[in-house]
Amino acid sequence: MEDSLLLKKDELLTLYKKMFLIRRFEEEAARAYAQGKIGGFLHLYIGQEAVAMGAIACMRPDDYFVTTYRDHGVALGRGMTARACMAELFGKVTGCSKGFGGSMHMFDRPNNFLGGHGIVGAHVSLAAGPAFKAKYMGEDRITMCFFGDGATNIGGFHEGISLAALWKLPIIFVCENNQYSMGTPISRTAAQPEFWKKAEGYNIPGFRIDGHDVREVAEKFKEPIARARRGEGPTFIEVVTYRYRGHSMSDPGKYRTAAEVEERKKQDPVRIARDALLEMKVKEEELAKIDALVEEEVADAVKFADESDPPDEALMHSLTLAKTGEDPYA
Amino acid sequence: MREINYRTAVREAMVEEMMRDERVCLMGEEVGHYQGAYKVTEGMLEKFGERRVVDTPIAEFGFAGVGIGAAMVGLRPIVEFMTWNFSAVAFDQILNNAAKLYQMSGGQYRVPVVFRGPNGAARQVAAQHSHSMDPFYVNIPGLHVCAPSTPRDAKGLLKTAIRDDNPVIFLEGETLYAVKGEVPDEGVEELIPFGQARIAQEGTDVTLVAWGRPYHTAMQAAESLAKEGISCEVIDPRTLRPLDHRTVVESVKKTNRCVIVHEHWEHGGTGAQLVDLVQREAFDYLDAPVLRVHNQDVSMPYAVNLENTVLPTVERVVDAVKKTLYVAS
Ligand SMILES: Cc1ncc(C[n+]2csc(CCOP(=O)(O)OP(=O)(O)O)c2C)c(N)n1
Ligand SMILES: [Mg+2]
Repeated sequence: MEDSLLLKKDELLTLYKKMFLIRRFEEEAARAYAQGKIGGFLHLYIGQEAVAMGAIACMRPDDYFVTTYRDHGVALGRGMTARACMAELFGKVTGCSKGFGGSMHMFDRPNNFLGGHGIVGAHVSLAAGPAFKAKYMGEDRITMCFFGDGATNIGGFHEGISLAALWKLPIIFVCENNQYSMGTPISRTAAQPEFWKKAEGYNIPGFRIDGHDVREVAEKFKEPIARARRGEGPTFIEVVTYRYRGHSMSDPGKYRTAAEVEERKKQDPVRIARDALLEMKVKEEELAKIDALVEEEVADAVKFADESDPPDEALMHSLTLAKTGEDPYA
Repeated sequence: MREINYRTAVREAMVEEMMRDERVCLMGEEVGHYQGAYKVTEGMLEKFGERRVVDTPIAEFGFAGVGIGAAMVGLRPIVEFMTWNFSAVAFDQILNNAAKLYQMSGGQYRVPVVFRGPNGAARQVAAQHSHSMDPFYVNIPGLHVCAPSTPRDAKGLLKTAIRDDNPVIFLEGETLYAVKGEVPDEGVEELIPFGQARIAQEGTDVTLVAWGRPYHTAMQAAESLAKEGISCEVIDPRTLRPLDHRTVVESVKKTNRCVIVHEHWEHGGTGAQLVDLVQREAFDYLDAPVLRVHNQDVSMPYAVNLENTVLPTVERVVDAVKKTLYVAS
């Protein structure tokens, strides 16, 4: 694809850096998980980085983002520091959610990232909330809502889109179709495997795109976002993608062949972005410099997380109910 | 003071708060054009318009989610459930999102949303429409639960609920909407704090605790017992979470006897919680076991004769009080 049509070199460089950061961050998180430094579930985004970064490339800082438990990519993409993200995984008080959310519940209010949600589909209804507020207050902020292919089967998905469509809310519904919900392929979960076609039932526009080239994702997200900003309502975008790792760290992935995974890796979004930059005459040394900076950032994040303190019980009790009127984030 | 009914009290609280704060809005089924399934929201659409009084389709899970998500970013939505029975399909939103987001986000996101509507049995609407949902909600840290019995408490507590930065479960009653009572005069603002029980009637022989509709049953029982020379102290906790058990314990230390009347089933809930707290904190003062009068342990039957036996009645309360006094009924 041509430079002129799509992202400028600087923009792509920024996106590449973030995608490489997400990739390296999660590889190190997987290592820390194996070492027992991270507990619970850990759902890696590896292979899907271009979806989040393509969407984020088109968003303003004041727009809202709501996603699933597979949330590290979005968190880092929206501007969370690697330190805050890693410390959260390590269950430390320096984490973005002070060690109360963990991998599945990243939140970042300064960057308008509303989580990190663990109940499949429920957040699709919740995401219509910030969009409702934007319309109510007459703001031109949009809400970006990500969910998986598996989520399209549950009521929360349907009710959220149904209400947002009815009220013409400024929100983009993004189905990250990575072909599986846990160990079940879409052939065994969905009567209609072309998820974008569900848009018709809500009387909103919908389409399907490939999710391995961040330039293409960004290009395809521009108009739906502009449309939402103009007050013309939601769009449903199905992004075809693939996760290289298991559903979570405990998943040995026996439901798919190694050959299938290898085949998909030929469309590695991080490598595609890197190759595109080289084609744009960015020097290998310049990329190597960026890569080195990312490595440093990730290593620093791990060290920071390791050395941070866990939250204490007093903090736990103070976080059950908010003190009315004393919002330090306001 | 002036006298209004409970329905009007709830409406006045909403109208006053919506006039005070533009971030407060109302959404739910039939709240606008239809004027409210129980006419609680009558006239509000005309007053505030479709932007702030929002009719929703039948999608409790969805619009509960919208209310929560909007609250996270600064609105203060009032979400009406046509009745609390239907909140069961939105239970996950309340349990997993409303109650948890403040904690899970490390204090970054607050959820100042009020869920309100009629709770408990109406009259002969059978098993699916007669639930007292309070035991399910009182179990959840991160929520406030209000169950006002009188117009004054309904108004004062709802105003507090709307201003609170946490999610509030606000349980009204279809059979309470017509109940009349005194409220402060127009222009006199009363905010009733959470976690303060009201001693409705002082007494010396037995402590009666009740909220919602059974509160009125308990008051009638107290009146009838008074004629037999038995003096009841009646306490209305008003909010079930936080629960002001201290007022109950102090009363029991004086009366040495306690009967709790509630409309939910026996297993768990505020009734059982109070029994536990009273026996723990007033053990040495008790002259009889703490007794409860509650719904029978069955799904609500349609037939009126049976419905009457399932719900707490004045007779059952009178009997229980006498049992704690060891006098024959
Ligand atoms: C309501 C609910 N049911 C089940 C689960 C357990 N669960 C977590 S993720 C998942 C699969 C979801 O797949 P998909 O929506 O395709 O998202 P992906 O993990 O592929 O990103 C399941 C079944 C859950 N979290 N919530
Ligand atoms: Mg999937």
